[in-house]
Amino acid sequence: MAYELNGETIECDEEGYLSNINEWTKELAVLLAKDEKIELTPEHWEVIDFLREYYEEYQIAPAIRVLVKAMKKKYGKEKGSNKYLYELFPYGPAKQACKVGGLPKPTGCI
Amino acid sequence: MTDLEKQVSEDQDVEDVEEQLELPDPLEIPAIVVDAMVDLHSFEAAPAHQTDLGFPGELVDDWQERAIAKIGDLRKKYRSFRVYLDSCVKCGACTDKCHYFLGSADPKNMPVARQDLLRSVYRRYYTIPGKIAPWLVGARDLTEEVLGEWYNYFHQCSQCRRCSVYCPYGIDTAEISMAAREIMDDVGKGQKYCNEIIAKLHKVGNNLGMPPKALEATLADFEEELEDDFGIEIKMPLDVEGADILLITPSADFFADPHIEGLMGYAKVFHNAGVSWTMSSYASEAANFGMFIGSYDNMRKVSRRIRKAAKDLKVKRIVFGECGHAWRVGYAFLNTLAGPWDFLDQNYPIPQHICEFTFDEIEKGAITFDKSRNDDKVMTFHDSCNVARATRMGSNPGGQFDYPRALLKASCNHFHDMPEDTIGEATVCCGGGAGILTDDLMDIRVKGAAPRMKALRQVTEEEGVTHMAAICAICKSQFTKILPKYDFDMEAIQSVHQIVSNAIVLEGATVPEDD
Repeated sequence: MAYELNGETIECDEEGYLSNINEWTKELAVLLAKDEKIELTPEHWEVIDFLREYYEEYQIAPAIRVLVKAMKKKYGKEKGSNKYLYELFPYGPAKQACKVGGLPKPTGCI
Repeated sequence: MTDLEKQVSEDQDVEDVEEQLELPDPLEIPAIVVDAMVDLHSFEAAPAHQTDLGFPGELVDDWQERAIAKIGDLRKKYRSFRVYLDSCVKCGACTDKCHYFLGSADPKNMPVARQDLLRSVYRRYYTIPGKIAPWLVGARDLTEEVLGEWYNYFHQCSQCRRCSVYCPYGIDTAEISMAAREIMDDVGKGQKYCNEIIAKLHKVGNNLGMPPKALEATLADFEEELEDDFGIEIKMPLDVEGADILLITPSADFFADPHIEGLMGYAKVFHNAGVSWTMSSYASEAANFGMFIGSYDNMRKVSRRIRKAAKDLKVKRIVFGECGHAWRVGYAFLNTLAGPWDFLDQNYPIPQHICEFTFDEIEKGAITFDKSRNDDKVMTFHDSCNVARATRMGSNPGGQFDYPRALLKASCNHFHDMPEDTIGEATVCCGGGAGILTDDLMDIRVKGAAPRMKALRQVTEEEGVTHMAAICAICKSQFTKILPKYDFDMEAIQSVHQIVSNAIVLEGATVPEDD
């Protein structure tokens, strides 16, 4: 499976996660989000940017709880809640936001 | 409308209302729908995930010969496997015992039919009648179609062993399912979900693939949260050499809710008991997916990490967190897989379950509870299949049912069990066990959860139950996803130690205000 962007082919797995996370671009994120029926707003980008920064440092996406707390610290109580994140990424912020952000899918008993 | 018609119509209205009021029987048997789930195909493992585990990267050319030879190997290696294949008399006692059959109506999800997928091939190549007159004894050649059927239906079995409780011969479908997966792995047809995860564990130490640095940061975050909430330091120690207790817990406890709340609960219990404890970044996983795929080698390799961590950290005891399959491996196989444990303190169970630890503390009178902190909840308890049917807690039969319930009853004022034929030894699976907890199998996950959801509905309506607690990471994650599909709140699933955590009164701690 693959995505097509500006005539280029970007490989992904059966679930749409990028095979090579280094191929991610902001432009590609818009396409990835569209596949998830999400139109990216600045609020979505706040989450995606945080996830990518976290991944850069720790080589894994953060636990939702860590994400919620970080959002709360940075953007206030309103944005620091599970509910808010689910509104942005209805299929679950961990999996859906990771996909759009070009990060691997979290695995395990989760 | 004549009077008679009017009367009939009113009677019907009454019946309709009664029908609506009557709750469905959780174990109601559906009319069968042939091949209902035949096309449900879990993603197959990529070559890299296969080879990481020592399996061929893709389906080998001589897969038929190899699979048949593997059946022969397993038949010699595991006597149980041969007995299970030989002894079924088709009595039918198991047919309505599988939650996946009850939920999907597909007759191939009846345990006997699932076993027969493999049994028919075994008969063809390893029994005299099957060799001479296959058509008389239901023996089949191993064809590509049969292999496809194996793949799809052995990934619709959560190895929960409910059927084996009702089998007069004690045939264990879980073992047949494990063997089938082992054979498939051996010919290069593994499942992505399980094999990718096992490969991650071998590399990083846990199913999440969470590196030590991330684990350390995550635990620090949790500690900070606990201190903010309770005003005292409650530690989440990592890699502390010389600690008394090594906690081995499912990595979901570091990542998902309500699991994290459970982990915080263990930390509070340890804090209250004043024991020194630690987790390990090297063995940062309790779950052992090696069991799901029937691979002794992988199961052993996963277990050996625990041994190494215990030795390196020089601990005296090992305690397992809330993880169903882990407890089966821990309780039943850990000694043969990674023993002898002669370097640990022999005065304690090796390993010990966190519920046993907390239970002992309660028995000693060492924990003070304020049960009223859970007064917003009416609790019930979901027995996780592997804990219920393959292990024990304490030294009395049934301890695995009594201990978690004792913890809940000590921590809350309102507790009601679900119907008796859906709990204890007869518990119905969450629907996500043994490699099924993956998005590509969502269809069977939802259907397989139906008996449990109906049982929960019953106590919700009749007893006012609001929350269900569990002691298995898979159950908790499965229910978080599935509950909303049955019109329950996703937060209706809780960790047992989350309920303990709410109620435990710690010295010097403040009670947090609600957000």
